[in-house]
Amino acid sequence: MSPTTATAAGPRARAGAGRPGRRPVAPYLFLAPALVLFVVFLLVPIGYAVYLSLRGLRVSGAGPFGRREETFIGLDNYVTALTSTDFLEGFGRLLAYGVIAVPLTLGLALVFALLLDATTTTAKRFSRTAIFIPYAVPGVIASLLWGFLYLPTTSPISDVTQALGLGTIPFLSGSTLYGSVANIAIWGGVGFNMIIIYTSLRGIPAELHEAARLDGASELQIAVRVKVPLVAPAIVLTALFALIGTLQVYGEPTTLRPMTTSISQTWVPLMTIYRDAFTRDDLPLAAAASVLLAVGTLLVSVVLLRLAQRRAFGDA
Amino acid sequence: MSALDSAVSPVVTAPHRAPARPPRQAKVVPTAILVLGAVYCLVPVAWVLVASSKSPGELFSTFTFAPGTGLLDNLRALFAYGDGQFLLWSLNSLVYAGIGSVLSTLVSTMAGYALAKYRFPGRDAVFLAILGGVLLPGITLAIPQYLLMTKIGLAGSYWSVLLPSIISPFGIYLCRVYALAAVPDEVVEAARIDGASEWRTFRAVALPMLLPGMVTVFMLQFVGAWNNFLLPFVMLSDERRYPLTVGLYSLLAKGSGEPALYTLAIVGAAVSIVPLIAMLLFLQRFWRMDLISGGLKG
Repeated sequence: MSPTTATAAGPRARAGAGRPGRRPVAPYLFLAPALVLFVVFLLVPIGYAVYLSLRGLRVSGAGPFGRREETFIGLDNYVTALTSTDFLEGFGRLLAYGVIAVPLTLGLALVFALLLDATTTTAKRFSRTAIFIPYAVPGVIASLLWGFLYLPTTSPISDVTQALGLGTIPFLSGSTLYGSVANIAIWGGVGFNMIIIYTSLRGIPAELHEAARLDGASELQIAVRVKVPLVAPAIVLTALFALIGTLQVYGEPTTLRPMTTSISQTWVPLMTIYRDAFTRDDLPLAAAASVLLAVGTLLVSVVLLRLAQRRAFGDA
Repeated sequence: MSALDSAVSPVVTAPHRAPARPPRQAKVVPTAILVLGAVYCLVPVAWVLVASSKSPGELFSTFTFAPGTGLLDNLRALFAYGDGQFLLWSLNSLVYAGIGSVLSTLVSTMAGYALAKYRFPGRDAVFLAILGGVLLPGITLAIPQYLLMTKIGLAGSYWSVLLPSIISPFGIYLCRVYALAAVPDEVVEAARIDGASEWRTFRAVALPMLLPGMVTVFMLQFVGAWNNFLLPFVMLSDERRYPLTVGLYSLLAKGSGEPALYTLAIVGAAVSIVPLIAMLLFLQRFWRMDLISGGLKG
């Protein structure tokens, strides 16, 4: 699987647990609670969703005695989901939102982490704590806070723009909306990712940049040429978190909905799935769309990891 | 998988940088960027604290950052709303996040320890399944989990929110990584030679060594469960079982018709984020973020 796993167990563990005469039941007992929960709350729901997704209502029998009943209908629900404009437009919006949110979250997290690690800044403790604080604010509450900061009647930004005679900024309509929703995710995500990258930076042996410094490199050069390549794995990891987070965005637009008419009931794919399941009672279609979203997330993650492996780690 | 693997491996003997580095002269621009970031992150929090002191009339009329006069009235109204529903939501959140994350940490620690310190048939298959689970976000499972809970008649109960949050593939993964690095095989072997049972070896010898990793997993799980919205939103229909996130959302959703509820939502938001921020700031020094960010190339 990987070098870490291969060497991880070590010769001692092998000798210890596999010793003749001692039947290795202990590891299974330690794993039992996790495995039971894994099966019941991950595998079984996935299996049940797949099963449901293959079913649907069909008229059986002929003529006046035909009845609608639930039966196997093959991949029809998948075809319906993949040709549904609501579902597909949701992915389009997700893309527009992700193109803003992911690079900015990662970029800002990296810049702040490098600044925290640099020798040329002060106010580090304060800044680190302040930037980390939004991590403690639930996405729904963050949306509520920003929602009020966007609303013309309560927004301090509007206070300023109105004083300047510029009118109010329509944060919650038109294409500005994407930026406004993305901003909530960026605000909530920068701190956590910054800490991950920063902790990684702290792990770089000091000699490495001391050497570069003696050679006359500036702080900026050291950051770009020495530090960034060395924390590439942490950056890949944060990219993965950000990407997975993007595909499952739900709480933010749902919370903003009462404040604007621009967010439809099917703004992102998860909202469409929710509507199909609960407003339209079409559980099979919702199940098919859930399966598609889960498989899509998995594929995106694996592709990203493969690419990163080739880029950052060589083909080792 | 090795990209993820090497990104997450910890350096338990992390080469902590020598503290005595001659401080260079601070420069204005880099510091300004950093402070600007801090201000950006603090403004919404500051706003909600100020806004929570405004009476419903002041909210839409006075200058945004001017403190109002209605803080106590707002708090009274908040705790009186719906026969004390806000307090109930807070307790529910505490139950879902608190009990859920304690159980999750224990389950993950045992599983991670087993995967790290034993060789047994099926280990690699289990580990691979866990890795697959890491890449599958829990939220895409919320609807399938709801379908299942409905089938077995648990939808709407406390269990329907609590149970799914106990299993955390990422937590198991982190615990395995941490156990690999923090519990030396020699120590485990020595305990066995002294005649300790496998359970006693785990409890008395390994567990204390795993504690810093456990705190980290606990924090991640707690914040994750506290912030969870879709799962309780899908599972629960009885308002008295709502956690804070769903409860405050319901206030906001009703508020578009009834502006007084906006004030309640704002005060509720302020009251509910303060304890969590305090807890994070307190626990910050105990967590091992290097567990996540990792040593380079493991």
